[in-house]
Amino acid sequence: MTLGVSPPPQGGAPPAWGGPALAAHAAHLLVADDNKVNRLLLTRSLELQGHRVSSAENGRVALEMLRRESFDLLLLDMEMPEMNGFQVLEQLSADLQLRDLPVIVTSSLEGITHIVRCIELGAEDYLPKPVNPVLLRARIGSSLEKKRLRDQQKALVRRFATSEVAQDLQQSGFALGGRRISATVMFCDIRGFTALVESQTPEAVIELLNTWYTLMFEAINSHGGVVNQMIGDGLMALFGAPLPLADAPGSAVSAALEMIELIELFNIDQVTAGKPSIRIGVGIATGDMVAGYTGTQSRATYTCIGDAVNLAARLEAHTKLAQRTILIDDLTRTALNAAVPVEALGDVQLKGKAAAVPVFAVLTTG
Amino acid sequence: MNSSAIDHATFAELQEAAGADFVIELVDTFIAEAPQMLAELRAARTAGNAEQFRRAAHSLKSNSLTFGAMALGALARELEVKGLDRDPAADAQALTALDTAYAQAAAALKTLCHG
Repeated sequence: MTLGVSPPPQGGAPPAWGGPALAAHAAHLLVADDNKVNRLLLTRSLELQGHRVSSAENGRVALEMLRRESFDLLLLDMEMPEMNGFQVLEQLSADLQLRDLPVIVTSSLEGITHIVRCIELGAEDYLPKPVNPVLLRARIGSSLEKKRLRDQQKALVRRFATSEVAQDLQQSGFALGGRRISATVMFCDIRGFTALVESQTPEAVIELLNTWYTLMFEAINSHGGVVNQMIGDGLMALFGAPLPLADAPGSAVSAALEMIELIELFNIDQVTAGKPSIRIGVGIATGDMVAGYTGTQSRATYTCIGDAVNLAARLEAHTKLAQRTILIDDLTRTALNAAVPVEALGDVQLKGKAAAVPVFAVLTTG
Repeated sequence: MNSSAIDHATFAELQEAAGADFVIELVDTFIAEAPQMLAELRAARTAGNAEQFRRAAHSLKSNSLTFGAMALGALARELEVKGLDRDPAADAQALTALDTAYAQAAAALKTLCHG
């Protein structure tokens, strides 16, 4: 049930509830209260503070509205029929989309234990009824400000981490250390990058790198992979971490093939524009590794440590010598669909490896 | 009629904060809703439904305090905190007192709003 915005009071002195807030601070708020007098009064006071307000007469209706529309904050009564405030708080904390919604409990419940329980269930603040207008204004301002900061933080995490890592962080929180997983690792870099840098202006190189990264991200992400490191002219990508992937080795090889295709298309444009074309090398290996956050409490990166990681890096370096574009290890090849043409290169002694390992090249059409 | 049923300072604050015209609307809503809360309390007493009893008392308390109906709010709070009495006669007595306090509060509120 949504109440319309009531018109400002006619005549008389302007109400002390503060007049309209600055437009920048106006928010969309939801008031959940089964008592009509409370609902009308809260709605009124919030509107007078310049916010846009909807209201719900019980917890069930409130949850429905929260899942349907976007709100900046919920003012929640505890005593309600159908679904009470405690149940609403429980449902909110279990809902990935809604767990960060700030909730201010407005209640005249007797006893401190109820207040403690609200806070434990994730409520941001508690305002006793009848609600003091000055306190209400202050608490709402502070809750909205905290939400803005959290939203900013989330946006930052998304920019500097992948959305998968961001999601993993949001769900499990940040902790240094890792867990053992099975995944596929890919390393990729631009062949002859040093010569390229010498022949181009720095601006042209940056532009080239940005385009290259865009194409590689596109190919990797569309096959369920995650770019977790960018190293100058190279990158490291994970398939099957931090989130599991049904066919990590197959996805990594498909991504590599698409990367080659995209580079070929890119090269056609480059040559037409009289600019240098580029070539890449890709190394892929599969195995058990430890995935997690390494670094310090204040600065850390999500990465994977394990033999397969080293192997993928060595295979990528070996593409130059082998004169093949995509090299994979035995575990990746074993998991591959028979339709993917592969050439066995025999056992190769890779740098940093005690024994020679079997190496395979994935055949590309180009 | 007993205008001391309403704490005038609380009521004036409410008018100042929400606007006098809006408070008239709010009082009308309260007077329309409160008899149902009182009826619910009686029904809960008859049915021996402790949860319904506590909730109706809670609602009535909350609204009373909003308007400065202190005596009514205190009686409702007593019922909320104590819950259903083992002795139905004790509750019946309390409910009669509550009805009286409500009648006085409602009359005072009407006077304050409409002169």
